[in-house]
Amino acid sequence: MTGQTPLIRCDKVTKRFGGKRVLRDVSLSVSGGEILSLVGANGSGKTTLLRIVAGLERLDAGEVWLGPVPLSAAHHEIRRYIGVVDHAPLLYDRLTAVENLQFFARMYDLAAAEDRITRLLHAFELWPRRDDPVRTFSRGMLQRLAIARAILHEPPVLILDEPDSGLDRESLAMLAGLLAEFRRGERAVLISTHDRNRAAAWSDRICELREGRLHPITDLERSEQ
Amino acid sequence: MSTLSKAARSDTRQWPLLLLDILAVLTMALAMWAGLIYAGDAINLAGEEQVAQRIFYFHIGSNIAALLGFLGSVVGSAGYLLTRRLVWDSWAAASVEIGTIFGFFVLLSGSIWAKPAWNTYWTWDPRLTTAAITVLIYIAYMLFRNGFESRATRALFSSIYALFAFLSVPLTFYSARLFRSIHPVIVAGSNQESQGDFALGATMGQALTISTVGFAVLFLALLFHRVRQLSLEAQIEQLQMERDE
Amino acid sequence: MMDELTGRGAVSEKKSGFAAYLRRVWAVAAKDVRTELRAREIVVTMAAFAVLAAVVFGLAFDLRVPRAELVVPGILWVIVLFTGVLGLQRSFGSETDRGTLTGLLLAPVERSAIYFGKVAANLLYFLIVEALLAPTLLILFDVNLAQPIILLGLLMGTLGYAIVGTLFAALTVRSRAREALLPVLLLPVLAPLFIAGVSLTAVVLDARPAGEAWRWVGILALYDALFLAIALLLFDLIWEQG
Repeated sequence: MTGQTPLIRCDKVTKRFGGKRVLRDVSLSVSGGEILSLVGANGSGKTTLLRIVAGLERLDAGEVWLGPVPLSAAHHEIRRYIGVVDHAPLLYDRLTAVENLQFFARMYDLAAAEDRITRLLHAFELWPRRDDPVRTFSRGMLQRLAIARAILHEPPVLILDEPDSGLDRESLAMLAGLLAEFRRGERAVLISTHDRNRAAAWSDRICELREGRLHPITDLERSEQ
Repeated sequence: MSTLSKAARSDTRQWPLLLLDILAVLTMALAMWAGLIYAGDAINLAGEEQVAQRIFYFHIGSNIAALLGFLGSVVGSAGYLLTRRLVWDSWAAASVEIGTIFGFFVLLSGSIWAKPAWNTYWTWDPRLTTAAITVLIYIAYMLFRNGFESRATRALFSSIYALFAFLSVPLTFYSARLFRSIHPVIVAGSNQESQGDFALGATMGQALTISTVGFAVLFLALLFHRVRQLSLEAQIEQLQMERDE
Repeated sequence: MMDELTGRGAVSEKKSGFAAYLRRVWAVAAKDVRTELRAREIVVTMAAFAVLAAVVFGLAFDLRVPRAELVVPGILWVIVLFTGVLGLQRSFGSETDRGTLTGLLLAPVERSAIYFGKVAANLLYFLIVEALLAPTLLILFDVNLAQPIILLGLLMGTLGYAIVGTLFAALTVRSRAREALLPVLLLPVLAPLFIAGVSLTAVVLDARPAGEAWRWVGILALYDALFLAIALLLFDLIWEQG
C-alpha cells in the first residue's frame, strides 16, 4: 500500500514570521499506514509545520498536498479529512465531555454520532465522567478527550502536536495502542514530540527540525514496546 | 541584489515627484494669494463675518483633499482585496494618513468660521457630523493598523475595516441630514434653513477653483511621498531579512 | 478526488443545502448559549453594567433636565452601545483565550456559519440586557419604552449592531490591543444606527406623527441589510491566513 500517492506531502515549505524564516524548504511525505515523528527543540518550527499541514497557517512558499489535493487550492471540505490534536485541548471547559463531542459531531455532520461518541468514550475510559464539565478533568483525561475529539470523524490524516505532554503512564499506553491502530487502519500520522525514545517507539520514521530545516534521522534505535 | 537595483530605480523616479512638489508649492502659493487678496468681498456680509468668510477657501480646499484621502482609502482597500498586492494597501494607508490631516483642517477651519457666522464653534449639522465621524474612523483605522505583526494580515484586516467604514459614512450623512441641517449650501443655491450663506462673486469663484486645484495637487504630492516612504520601509525590511539569513 | 484520501469510508459526510447550513449556525449558537448559561460571564456583566449606567445617568441628569423624555432616548442608546461592546469582546475573546478557536476553524464548515452562530448568540444576549434595561429606565425616569415602534427599532438596531460588532470582534481578536480597540473601531461605524435609534425613540416619546418614525425604521433596515450583505461577502477572508 505504501507505493501509492502519499496522504501527506510537503514540498519545499517555507514560512516566515516577521523577517525570520522558521521553516526553510521543508519537504516530507507520509503514506497511509505510516507514522512520522518530528523531533526538535522548542521553537524549531515543529508546531508551525504541523499547523501548516492542518491548514491553520499560510505558507510563504512551497505547497502541501493532502493526497492529490493541494492545500492552497482546497475547499473547506478538505478539513473533513484532517484530525488534529493541538497543544490546547480544543474543548469547551464549561461543557461536558458528551456535549463537547456532540458539538463537534454536528460540525462534522456525523452520521450515527451518538453511537460513535459512546464507543469513543468507552475506548478512552471516559464513560463514567461523560456528564461532567471538562474543566473538572485532569490533564490526562483532558488529553484523552482531545484525542477522541480529533478522531471523532475518522480522518485519514492525523496531526498530533506533542500529544504525550502531561500524559500519565496509563494514557501514554493508550496513545501508543491507538497509534498502532492508526497504522493498521492505513492512516497517515504526523506527530511531534520532545521525547526521542518515544518517537522511536511509536513511529516508522523520525525527522528532526533544526533551525527550520528538516534532517531525517536514520539510525533509529527502536526500543522495546 | 535585485532589491538593491530596485532601490536604485526608485531613485530615478524622484524627478516627477520633485516636479509635483514644485507644482504643489506654486499652486498653494497661488491659492493663498487668490483666497486672501485677489477674491472680492462677499457682498451680503459685513464686519467680522466678512473677514471670516475668507477661511472658506482653505476650508473647501482641505475638504477636497480630505475627500481624496477618503476615496483613496476605499480604492486602495478594494484594490488590495482584489489583487492581494501590498502596494494597494500602502496607497490606502497613505491616503488615510494624509486625509486625516486635512480632515482636521476642515474641522478646525469650519469651527473658526462658525463662531462668528453661527455664534457657536460646533453644531450637529449633517456635514459637520459626517466630517467628524469620518475623521474618527480614520483615526481608528490608523490605530488598528498598529496592532499587527504580519503585513499581509494588517493589509487584509484594515482593508475590510475601510470598506465597512466607507459604507457607513453615507448612511451617517443621510441620517444626520434627516436629523437637521443648518450648514450653508453655497453652490447649490439657496437653502431655506441654512444660516451664514453668502453670494459668490466672479473673483470668488475663480479663487475657489484655484484653491481646490491647489489643495488637490498638495494632497497628491504628499500622497506620493508617503507611498514612496512606505515602499522604501518595506525594502529596508526586506534587505534586513536577507542580511539576517 | 476526495475518495482517494480516505483510508476507508469516512463517517463524516458532506451535507450541503441551506438546512444543513442553518444546522451548523444553530450548533455554534447553541454551544455559545449553553456555555454562557453555565459560566454566566457575559450577560450578567452586561446587565450589571447597563443598570449601573442607567443609575449614573439618572444621577447626572436629575434636576438638570425639565423632562426626562428629552434625555431618555439618548440614554437608552448610549447604554445599549457601550454595553454591547462588553459582550462582543468575549464573543471571540473566550475562544482565543482558551484556544478553542483552532477547533472551530478546523471544522469543515463555512466560516460564515461560525459568524452567524456568533451573531445569533450575541443578539440574544443584547436582547436579554435590553429587556432588563427598559424597565430600569421606566423606574428611574418614569418613561415607558414598551411601545411597539420603539421595540421594533430596538430590535433592528440591535440586529445591525450584532452584525457589525461580531465581525469587528473577529477582526480585533488577533490584534494586540483588542479590548481598547474594539469600541474605537465600532462606534464611528455605528453612528447611523445610533442617530436613527435615538431619533426614532424621540419621535415616539414626543408623540410625533408615526410617519417620521417609519423613516428611521427604514434607515435601520437599510443599515442591517447593507452590512449583512457586506459581512457575508467579507467574513470568509478574515481567517484565510495565519
